[in-house]
Amino acid sequence: MTKIYNDASSALSDVVKDGMTIMAGGFGLCGIPENLILALRETGVKNLTVISNNCGIDDFGLGILLKTRQIKKMISSYVGENKIFENQYLSGELQLELTPQGTLAERIRAGGAGIPAFFTKTGVGTVVAEGKEHREFNGETYIMEQALLADISIVKAWKADKAGNLIYRKTARNFNPMMAMASKMTIVEVEELVEIGTLDPDQIHTPGIFVKRLLVGKNFEKRIERLTTRKK
Amino acid sequence: MAWTKEEMCKIAAQEEFRDGYYVNLGIGMPTEVANYIPSGVSVTLQSENGLLGMGPFPYEGEADPDLINAGKQTITILNGGSFFDSSFSFAIIRGGHIDLSILGALQVSGEGDLANWTIPGKLVKGMGGAMDLVAGVKRVVVLMDHCAKDGTHKIVNKCEFPLTGKAVVDRIITDLCVFDIDKKSSGPSLKLVKLANGVSVDEIKQKTGPSFKVMI
Repeated sequence: MTKIYNDASSALSDVVKDGMTIMAGGFGLCGIPENLILALRETGVKNLTVISNNCGIDDFGLGILLKTRQIKKMISSYVGENKIFENQYLSGELQLELTPQGTLAERIRAGGAGIPAFFTKTGVGTVVAEGKEHREFNGETYIMEQALLADISIVKAWKADKAGNLIYRKTARNFNPMMAMASKMTIVEVEELVEIGTLDPDQIHTPGIFVKRLLVGKNFEKRIERLTTRKK
Repeated sequence: MAWTKEEMCKIAAQEEFRDGYYVNLGIGMPTEVANYIPSGVSVTLQSENGLLGMGPFPYEGEADPDLINAGKQTITILNGGSFFDSSFSFAIIRGGHIDLSILGALQVSGEGDLANWTIPGKLVKGMGGAMDLVAGVKRVVVLMDHCAKDGTHKIVNKCEFPLTGKAVVDRIITDLCVFDIDKKSSGPSLKLVKLANGVSVDEIKQKTGPSFKVMI
């Protein structure tokens, strides 16, 4: 059975539904599934809950799904780069669940690993702890955080083989590997697709077992949010 | 004379960096401390989005969109560095493997409570990794101006702004002085350990909420 699809639209169109929960990889604009986000916009699907560390910027990344009012709720750790987000949040149109970044990453990892909840010190004594179970271990207080799962995960990797084994590149890895695990419909876009047997099994970051659908992305823009350089 | 930003960063680097340390620096002024690593001291910088061994900004024309830090700036990686995913990165942080974090702050209490992620009434942007860092890193140092721009205290009896962590700060370095926070102390936990030239203890008293011991 092939996992390979011609493009992002054909990989998404028959599995998306209104009201779904979708995880989207990336940190800022780094390592985001550009083609799948665009394709998601074209499906016109609405009332989405989106789990992603950030929400893109106004005209790129997940920000474009705010413009079309397709997102009902975001679960994120930081959403500060986005004017449309601000407007929709302040008007009550858009819900936001803020989760500390490490807790978000671990909730997703736990979801993929079959662990329903875990205890962490992060957020004890803050608003994050409100309403959550507190428990002492070895004299220290921890709070319980629950795992996250998604109906669909959209993931960006650098290279894949046709079995769906993935390799990420540099800090574009970020949330992608955990999100690939935390859904039963993980769709991955890559820059390069190679034959089975070409990738060194020792270098695989995400084994193909987690990958249901695979496509080669087109026209990657790879926009830089904050270009910082020094003179030679 | 109050210390300049450069002097504050230099003090933070000289007093806090130890050879072999793994360090996470917050966004803004704390990032600048990396420019003052003392000679003979080797520290490895972590960025919580997923790398160890962060290097300087890339040369013009060499920026890689796949290589950024937690502030979303383009950066480089040094020889000996490594990449990993975000859950692994926070396992490093939460697991207590990072020696030191230097962060900015809106308010710090005498007991070491830290508020640095949101101001009520302003838009909530999110805490990012700050709560994980202060909960997990072995030593937390705050680097900030002693008072806010309008003169209000930033070192306070009780933080009014939402907390990032409770009793998490070990030291505060400001433009006027250095305070250590002794969380096990029965008396005042705040200890004045260093003063900028020409700054008096009385001036610090006026500009600081909680009482403190002078131990210079």
